[in-house]
Amino acid sequence: MKEDIGIILSNECIAQDTYRMVIQSSLAKQMNPGQFVNIQVEGTFLRRPISISSYEEDTYTIIYKVVGTGTAKLSTYQANDQLNVVGPCGHGFPIHEDQDNILIVGGGVGVPPLYQVAKEYRSRNKNVAVVLGFNDASQLFYEKEFKDLGCEVFTATMDGSVGTKGTVLDAIAENHITNDFLYSCGPMPMLKALEKVYEKGYTSFEARMACGIGACMGCVCKDKKDHDIYYRICKEGPVFEIGKVGFE
Amino acid sequence: MNLKVQLPGMNCKNPVFPASGCFGFGREFAEFYDLSILGGIAIKSATLHKRFGNPTPRIAETPMGMLNAIGLQNPGVDVIKEKELPWLAQFDTEILVNVAGASEEEYVEVVKQLNDVENVSAFELNISCPNVKHGGIGLGTDPLLAAKVTRMVKEVAKKPVYVKLSPNVTDIVAIAKAVEAAGADGLVLINTLMGMRLDLKTGKPILANVTGGLSGPAIKPVALRMVYQVAQAVQIPIIGVGGITCAEDVLEFIYAGASAVEVGAQNFVDPYVCKKIIEDLPRVMAKYGIEDINEARGRSYRHE
Repeated sequence: MKEDIGIILSNECIAQDTYRMVIQSSLAKQMNPGQFVNIQVEGTFLRRPISISSYEEDTYTIIYKVVGTGTAKLSTYQANDQLNVVGPCGHGFPIHEDQDNILIVGGGVGVPPLYQVAKEYRSRNKNVAVVLGFNDASQLFYEKEFKDLGCEVFTATMDGSVGTKGTVLDAIAENHITNDFLYSCGPMPMLKALEKVYEKGYTSFEARMACGIGACMGCVCKDKKDHDIYYRICKEGPVFEIGKVGFE
Repeated sequence: MNLKVQLPGMNCKNPVFPASGCFGFGREFAEFYDLSILGGIAIKSATLHKRFGNPTPRIAETPMGMLNAIGLQNPGVDVIKEKELPWLAQFDTEILVNVAGASEEEYVEVVKQLNDVENVSAFELNISCPNVKHGGIGLGTDPLLAAKVTRMVKEVAKKPVYVKLSPNVTDIVAIAKAVEAAGADGLVLINTLMGMRLDLKTGKPILANVTGGLSGPAIKPVALRMVYQVAQAVQIPIIGVGGITCAEDVLEFIYAGASAVEVGAQNFVDPYVCKKIIEDLPRVMAKYGIEDINEARGRSYRHE
């Protein structure tokens, strides 16, 4: 983890309010699936924690949604601009060599960190089923990218404009998906619903953060069973074993 | 050029401390740089028992700053004494232990338990944290209560006692004078300013605690004004804190009457900020013709 100034190679809109930015930086060598970078954005005080979607030898990719002034500003950055980040932060998704049937479930802007997980398992020739949930077709992204990795990809939209009409769990049922080693990231109601069904795997959480390095205690959550134990989402997380964290 | 500052209980190699609550116990920042370069470290508040703190969300951003309502989350004085302070002993810097409590007796008890820890340089009483519903806010906003807890702690403390003042008062000078008269060895000002923000969709407060403490560059002018007023009214040294992000800010606080400074929220934005400020301070001092940082103290009100 360090402060790093990378060079933006591209920053493009890939779905409604959703942008993909590719950054050239040697920081990529230090990254693990599911970690995040804390990005300095001009005109805002705090950094923006954004998950790392994927990385190569000396580039990494983030996918983010414009939800406020910081991400709106980020969306205006152009190729050759510099990007100041602190990272890679937190603990990401462990990869299990002995798991052969992987289920990846992403909701909305929770999809990006799961892409590197899919890459890791596909490079090991594992069977990977991917279920992507969005509000509607205009927000859908990365269906093709996951397919290109050789994953089996299913989609769900709340309005039925593409894929199964309903939630990711509806899509799992409709398509009789039996893979049960889960990697998930997305809105809290989705994560809660998944936790009721699946026992093995990992979940990545989102939180309001200040420092992103474990110092400020702004993003803590409690252990599900022992309320005397707490975790910093930015430091011990953002990825936790399923069932480890108590929902507030 | 001299950056060294002498304070009660603390021989600082430079005037820069990270502020309590913005640096944990230093572990996270030790991954970024050697903490021995610091003038001192104000560590996270110690309470008698461990505290989980407030519900989340605990953080909200503001123009040029942030609100926090952490709620004094800390592992309790036992763990701080057994784990955190021994770990900090590896660094050649001054350790200013921030102490908080829900009652006067709790402050006294925490100080007693840390009195004999060798690497504790001094205590910093947090009588101003605006997040705790019992204690903190009451003590810091009333001259009599502020003086009482100071006196009680001074009676037992074997190390110098600094009192960190709340800015959420009508007359900061009255509080400062009361605390000085009660025996405080130094003052730290200011703590955060109480504020709030609302969620546009729900209409409800963003912070689960409803209100939080404002910090960051937004509060620097308020902090400077209070240091300036208090420095002219008391004889004891002042550590200035509030919105510092660069070496120029440090100089401003020294001009206002501070002997040293604490850097707070900027540590969240730039984990290297204290290191950068310390390295840049000689350049800024040279630019303004300052040979000894101590000479610049109080320049704003001195007749030279």
